This record gives sequence, structure tokens and C-alpha cells, in this order.
Amino acid sequence: MTGETRRIDVALAAGGAGLLVLPWYHIRSGFWEFDWLGAFLSDDRLWPAVAQLGQGRWQLLPVLALWLVALALRLRQPSAARGKAFVVLGLAGLAWLAFEGMAIGLRGWAIPGADRLIALAGQPAWGAGAILALAMFAALFAFGLAERGVLKGDAFVLGAITALVLLVIAFVGYPLYAMFLSAFQDFRGNFTLDGVSQNIADPAIWRLDCLVGGRCGVAWRTLFLALCTASGSTLMGLVFALAATRTNTRFKAGLRLLTVLPIITPPFVIGLALIMIMGRAGFVTQGIEAITGWHLGRWIYGLPGIWLAQVLSFTPISFLVLIGVVQGVSPSMEEASQTLRSDRWRTFTKVSLPLMAPGLANAFLIGFIESMADFGNPLILGGNGGVLSTDIFFAVVGAQHNPARAAILALILLCFTLSAFLAQRFWLSGRNFSTVSGKGDGGSHARLPRGLEIAVLTLAGVWSAFTLFLYGMIFFGSFVKVWGLDNTLTLAHYHAAFGFSLAGGFTGVAWNSFWTTMGIAILAAPLTAFVGLLTAWLIVRQRFPGKALFEFAIMLSFAIPGTVIGISYVSAFNLPPLQMTGTAMILIMCFVFRNMPVGVRGGIAAMSQIDGSLDEASLMLGGSSARTLRKVILPLLRPAILAALVYSFVRAITSISAVIFLVSAQYNMATAYIVGLVENGEYGVAIAYSSVLIVVMMVVIGGFQLLVGERRIGRRDARGPATPRPVAPIKEEIAT
Amino acid sequence: MSAREKRGAVVFDDIRKDYGSFTAIPQLNLSVEPGELVTLLGPSGCGKTTTLRMLAGLETPTSGRILIGGTDVSRLPPNRRDVAMVFQSYALFPHMSVAANVAYGLEAGGLGRRAARAQAEKGLDLVGLSAMGDRLPAELSGGQQQRVAVARALVLEPQVLLLDEPLSNLDARLRRKVRTEIRELQQRLGFTAVYVTHDQDEALAVSDRVVVMREGRIEQAGTPRELYEAPASEFIADFIGESNIVDCTVEKVGDGLAEIRLGGQRITVPTRSTATGPARLSVRANAISLSGPAAGQDGASGRVRSAAYLGDHVEYEIESDLGQLFAIDHANATPYAVGSDLALTFRAAGLALLP
Repeated sequence: MTGETRRIDVALAAGGAGLLVLPWYHIRSGFWEFDWLGAFLSDDRLWPAVAQLGQGRWQLLPVLALWLVALALRLRQPSAARGKAFVVLGLAGLAWLAFEGMAIGLRGWAIPGADRLIALAGQPAWGAGAILALAMFAALFAFGLAERGVLKGDAFVLGAITALVLLVIAFVGYPLYAMFLSAFQDFRGNFTLDGVSQNIADPAIWRLDCLVGGRCGVAWRTLFLALCTASGSTLMGLVFALAATRTNTRFKAGLRLLTVLPIITPPFVIGLALIMIMGRAGFVTQGIEAITGWHLGRWIYGLPGIWLAQVLSFTPISFLVLIGVVQGVSPSMEEASQTLRSDRWRTFTKVSLPLMAPGLANAFLIGFIESMADFGNPLILGGNGGVLSTDIFFAVVGAQHNPARAAILALILLCFTLSAFLAQRFWLSGRNFSTVSGKGDGGSHARLPRGLEIAVLTLAGVWSAFTLFLYGMIFFGSFVKVWGLDNTLTLAHYHAAFGFSLAGGFTGVAWNSFWTTMGIAILAAPLTAFVGLLTAWLIVRQRFPGKALFEFAIMLSFAIPGTVIGISYVSAFNLPPLQMTGTAMILIMCFVFRNMPVGVRGGIAAMSQIDGSLDEASLMLGGSSARTLRKVILPLLRPAILAALVYSFVRAITSISAVIFLVSAQYNMATAYIVGLVENGEYGVAIAYSSVLIVVMMVVIGGFQLLVGERRIGRRDARGPATPRPVAPIKEEIAT
Repeated sequence: MSAREKRGAVVFDDIRKDYGSFTAIPQLNLSVEPGELVTLLGPSGCGKTTTLRMLAGLETPTSGRILIGGTDVSRLPPNRRDVAMVFQSYALFPHMSVAANVAYGLEAGGLGRRAARAQAEKGLDLVGLSAMGDRLPAELSGGQQQRVAVARALVLEPQVLLLDEPLSNLDARLRRKVRTEIRELQQRLGFTAVYVTHDQDEALAVSDRVVVMREGRIEQAGTPRELYEAPASEFIADFIGESNIVDCTVEKVGDGLAEIRLGGQRITVPTRSTATGPARLSVRANAISLSGPAAGQDGASGRVRSAAYLGDHVEYEIESDLGQLFAIDHANATPYAVGSDLALTFRAAGLALLP
């Protein structure tokens, strides 16, 4: 019983601190600077809630009253009735805080006419005190449920679910809602349908002129590009998967490297390399022009270039999806076909390929979503013909500054990706033939038909060579003075970016953003891993009402393109009650909730392999669910935890699409800084910086492989040829 | 035309199979008569499945020849050999209906779609599944899937049907029923069959001839009765029906019979050798009669170490003059208590001299 009382005491004490001691409202210079301590008594903006009442902010009175009621309830004996009271009280507190936070802005009521009812002073965004009060109400809600005996009275599980649901609402649901709302607002924040009516039917988005020789709208172009990219990357992924598993190539170690490349490559680097080769100053372009006398010009800018860059970028992801699919086809199916009078070709077309079909569709949809969400390559290669993600960006940051248009475009993009996600989720689920069931025959896979084998090896070879060539170009280009014009070797770009001296310290231009990036990535990684694995544990091990919906909502956020996240965070967190733009916090939260689904998926995969009887054994031996998680599950999950940590770290460094909306002068991220360099035409420094990032992440991933990889050494490879072992984190990403 | 060249005859001629530096099968010679059901039996890793897969064409022998119906098929791919195979996992194509599965091989063989479907219908009829043609394999029970796998192989009317542990995914009760069905079908249609299993009961029940393999070699080949009654080695004696291996003395030999002394008992058993003196003897668990110590008979004496009551019989571990013995007693409904002293006598029918 003492545990139950103690946790309620802790919650009430935290709430008390929030209401009576800590500054209730947001502090511009930042809470953690603690420079508010000096001015605490003199500056009324720093006062706690109870003192804010005296400033005419009567909206805080109900909060204080609820806290006092909770104190009174605390003195009564624990019972189901008291539990119910806590539940109601917690909900009321959360609801009131959410309402007053949204309804009362900086200049008082945001609801027109409400000030006639009761006049209230305006208020800034929530600060430390308000956040603690929110946490208290959430905790009281969860503990109240526990006291009523819900989920066998497990306060830890209830608390975790409550916290996660609130966080997902705040950092996924609320931003999307705010973005949706901003489509209906003019720049003063008043409701209007102008933006929607102008943009929704905008011919620049929807026209179909390309069918008759003109230019199509951006929505159609994005869709067309995504379909082409998905086809291309699926085909190439299949080619590589077949080459790796069904032929006797000696380059399998190389294929393994190929699987690492996409996670360590900032998304615009491929585009950059393509420009260096095939742009106007690219030597391929110049060579062709010199030989033929044609004028190629800027052909690489636009859809063909973006397509090429995207297929190059996403083929490895598709390969990782499909290698599992190709290996998953039970060898005995193919052997059975062969003993049934069928040659290799018929076996491949009638048995192997149909069995792979659901996997191919899955890879296609992943490619589709990736292409839609891609921001880096279109930004670099888009030229005049952008796609939705870049148009969203330019609608916000460009000269036109049109948030309503950005919101509309983001909604269109969201519709596309969500449709693909839903198709994948509902249409493909249950269509998987490739699970090897029960006792196998342990045979070996059939070899490919000869003609196909030759074609596969040729394509894979050419494509690998091209990819390696591109990466070589990036490194080479970073040492060249002016690409295409002056090919003398120089370290000037590295010096400009990463120069340092004993006297001047870090003088290079890149250091600032480099350290910010590292710091934010290091902060975000453990949070991401923690939230992801906790969610996975709830999904795999706990049963609670609404679990399916909970899981679905978490996974859904993976299908939200980064650009949409970025624009929605800007719309939501620029104003009270949650004001975070320009801080490091908004970047960290963005990474946590953007990368969380990966941690969830990895955690689910890892946890499903741990026998549930271990948990039950721990519970039977008297461990609580928190103790079981800490002492039994987490130690067994160490590889999954490491994978989630490394993956979220690397993703925080390479991502650009959401980040570019959220960076500020104080907190600039490496990728955003590099894109800025590219826009200024400073290609040399940009690729030097990119190369350094790639090397840093190679070191991180290599170290991670050494740490985790040992577990796998000694496991007997199946009879056939060895297959490349993909890096753990990306395997989870693609297990969509 | 010799028997070895008839349709359905199988000959392994000096077959060797290496996996890298590991030799799975050093040298194998075996022939199967047309219309015969031969079982390859042995513990896991003995090379029985490799042998079957070489016959199917799924593995290529390192050296030697395989003849089917007098034709050398050693280098032919599976689809050009006149065999069909039932897989352990059945390997039914999950994306095709049952009828399409059965018709698959027929269509591959050049039969038109309609004719193939008609044949497939007959094949399903044969295994009693004619109503199930439109279903997907996943919609059938394990036993039904197994029968589809058999039908899919049989409609091709192969010279040889290969079965790779076809019953291992079925539960014990169903296993007995299906093995009888397979045997009946084989005898009715008269095809040659090579059957791989590690279950000796199954092997004894279905086979014309059992080939026991061990470490890539044939340990003994013969009818089920020969293997059981005249095991050629301790391994066979132990593998085919559990045996106690004990020391005895051969006192007199003549006319294929030997008079042996086993403990205090003299018994006459068949023999293939003429040597006298110490020998090894296989004693079946049910060839030991147990009685109270007062009986004062000639055999051995022992003490019950453990007893397991199994309804219609009792199993004993007995510490005896001859060593540790495993005995099965069908006669006494009341088990002897652990620690009680017993007198043991041996019945000639369950004894076999080991070479």
C-alpha cells in the first residue's frame, strides 16, 4: 500500500512545485539557463501560477482548485471510489489546461466575444510549472485507474500508456491538426476559406497539360515520379537480391557495404554527385558535348535527374526488403517444381516469382513513400520543376510566404503517402507466402535460368560500379579546387570547413553546425530508443483496450513525410501554448517522434523472440512489471537497444526534410547548413562537409557492428552461398 | 532385358558424394526392383536424404552412376528424370489451388490445360480429395495436404516415387493411418517407391525391403523380418527394436544352429558362423521372462532398478549378473517393486547371435 500512497505523494508534490514555486510560463532565454533565478521576484512574467492569479490570469484558478481537491482526496483511504475521483480529476485538469492554453493567447481570449463573459489577461506559452502540472494530472489519471483495478492495478503500465498517448497527441496529432487549421487561416490568424479555395483547385497543382504536351501540375508530377522511382528501385532491388542469393558472385561483401550506404548518406549527396558528373560543368556532359557538339545544358535538373538520384538512393533499401523475400521463398517449393517436370525458367516464372509478389509490392510501396517524402534530391536537382516536398518548402521560406498554400500541399502529399501506407497495411497483410513454416526440408534454392542470371549479374555489376563511382566522385570532388574548371588538388575546402588553430580555436565554418548536430543527435538518440522500446514493450507484452489503434497510430506516423512534419511543427509550436521554435528542444522532439517507429518496430521484432514465459516467471517470483522490464527484458534486448540508439543517432545527422524548417541561427544542423552552401554555389565546401559526415557515420556504424556483430559470429550459415548480413538498424526500418 | 533395366528399376552404382572436404557418402551400391517399396532408414546425418535427393536430381553425385529404368540419369536435371517426390513439408504451392497444384507437373510435361485438369481430378479422386480441388492448400488439414502432395506426384505416373519423411509433420494417430494408405496405394498401382524415414516402426510397417544406413554406408539391407530377427550388427540390433547386447558362450555349432550358454541357461539359436567360444548376443526386451526369486530357474538373477507401468505392459530396468537389462513384461499385471530380486529366463525366439 505504501507504494501506492508514495507515488501519489510524488505526483502531488511535483504539481505543487509547478503551481507554487516554478515559473508557470515560458521563459524566452530558456529555463535551463537559470538566469531567471536572479530576476525571479521582480519580474512578474517569471512568477508561479499562484502569483499569476494576482495578475488577472483567473484561468489558472481551476488548476489550483483541482490540486487542492487532489490533496484532500489524498487524505482518504485508497478505494475504488477514490480511484474514480482521481481519474475524473486528472482528466478535468488535462482538459482544462489544454482548453485554456489554446483559448487564451498572448493578447487574451483567442475566441472572439469571450472577453465579454470574463475579462482575462493574455498569457505566454506554457513553462516549467505548467508542464509539471500537466504531468501531475496525467499521473493522477493513471494512478486513479490503477486504484480502480484497471489492468490488474498496474500503475507502471497505465502510466506508460498515458504518457505515450499524451506525447503522441502533442507531437504528432496536434501539429497535424495545427497544420490543417493553418490552411484555413489568413496571416492574422482569422478564419478564411480563401487560401483553400485558391490553392485546392490551383492549376499549378492539378493541371494535366503534359498529356497534351505541356507541363503537368506538381501533384501529378510528384505522383508520376514516385511511381517511376518505386518501379526502378524495386526492379534494381530485385536484381541485387537475386544476384546476392541465387548466383555465385564473389562480391557479396561489397553488396553488404551497399546496404550501409543509404543510412550514412545525407539524402542530397547523391544528387550532388550527379550534378558533378552530369551537370553543366560535369565531365560526362562536357565530354559528350565535346564529342558530338550537342548542347545538353541542364538536362539533369528536373524529373529525370531526380528520378536517377532517387533510384540510386532507394535501391539499397529495396534490396534489403527483397533479400528477405527472395530468401524467404522455401527452397522445397522450387525443388518440388523441378521434380514436377519444370525447368529453371518455368520454376522461376510460375513458382518463385509469384511467391515473391507480395514482397515486391511491399518494396514498391516503400519506394513510393520514400520518393514522395524525399526532399534532399529534389531540392538539389529540382531546378524549375520541383515536387510537392520542395514546393511546400518554398511556399514557406520563399518570397511568396504562403503558409496556407504550404498546408494544402502538405495535405495532398500526406494523402498520397497515407494511401500507400494503408494499401501496404491492409491490402498486403495476410498475403505473405514467404514465411517458412514448421519443419523444412533444408534444400537449396534453385539457380536462376541462364539468360536471367547473365542479365541480373550484368545489371547489378553496372549499377554497383556506377554507385561506387558516384561515391568516389564525392570524395574526389572535395579535394578539387573548382569542379570542372580547375582540377588542381587542394585541401582548401576542408580547411574552410574544419580549420582550427591553437590561437583561434575552431575557425572552420562547419564547426558550429557540426557540434550542434552531434549534440542534438546524442540527446535525441537515447530518448528515441527509450520511447520506441517502451512502446514496443507495451504493444508486444501488454493487453489494453485500444491497443490496435495505439499501434496503428504509432506506425502511421512513419508514413508522414518529413516535410509535412516540418511544416506542421512550425504551425503548431510557433505560438502558445507550446512554443518551441528556434530551440534545440523542437529539433530533439522532431527526431524522437520521427524516428520512434523504427525503434518500435525493432523492439517488436526483438521482443517477439523473447519467450513470454520469462516475463511470467519474473512476475511469479514477485517482480513488478517495471522490475521485469528493467531486469529481464532490457538485458535481453541489448542488441536492439544499441541498434535503436545508433539508428536514431545516424538519422538525426542525415535527415534534412523536417529539419530544414526547424533550424535557427543558434541551432543550425549540418544538413541544413550544407544545403545552404549548395544554394550559394559553394559545392567544394559542401561535399567536403558531406564526406566528413559520411566518414563519421561509417565509424559510428562500424564500431556498432563490432560491438553487436560478435553475437552472430559462429552461427552456421545455411548450405548455400553466404548472403550479406544487413546492418541491424536498417533491417528494422524496412520491415514495414 | 534384365530386371535392372525394366521400367521402375533403380540402380546406384559406386555413388560417392562430397560436400567440400566432407564425404557424406563414400561408396554406395544399391538396386531397387521394379514395384518394390524400399525404405532408407537411419539416424539423422546418415546420408539417407542425400541419397534420395541424388536420385531426385536435386544433388549431383561426385562420382558414380545412377540408373533409372536402365537409363543413366546421373547428370540430368530433376525435370528430365522420370521421378516424382513427396516432400517432408509437402511443398504445396501456396498461391495455387489444390487442383492447380496437382495439374502443375502435367502442364509442365506439355499436357494442355484442360487435359491436365482432368488428369488432376483423377489424381485427387485417387486420394479421396476430389471435392477439395478449388481450395487453397492452407485451407486443408495436415493430413489432406499430405495426400495432395502424394496425388501431385502420382499423377505424373513416374517410374519411381520418392518420399522424404512424408509423415513427420503428422500427429502419431494420423501417421499410422496415412502410412497404411500409402502402402495400399503403392501395392494397388504397383509403382516403385523409395521412402526415407528415421522412424523404424514406420520402416518396418510399409517396406518390402529396409536399407539401414549409418555414416554414409549401408549397414544392412533386408526384409523387415530379416533385420529384426537376424541383425547383422549391434547397431542394427539396437536400432531396429531395442535390444540388450550381452556376452554369451557358444558351446556347439552344427546345421546352422548354435548351442549357447547364457548365464546359467542353455539355448539353441540360429547362426551363420561356425566359431565357438565367447560371442555377443542380442536379447530383445520382450524375450526376458521375469519371476520371483523362489522359482529357482536356470537363467540369471537380478534386481529391479526402476519400473514403469504402461497399462498393457510394464517396463523394467534390471541390474543383473549379465549387466544392465531392459525388459518388457506383458505377463504380470502387478509390477514388481523397485529393489525386489528377480529370476530371469530367456526365450530363444528373441535372441540373435551377432557376427
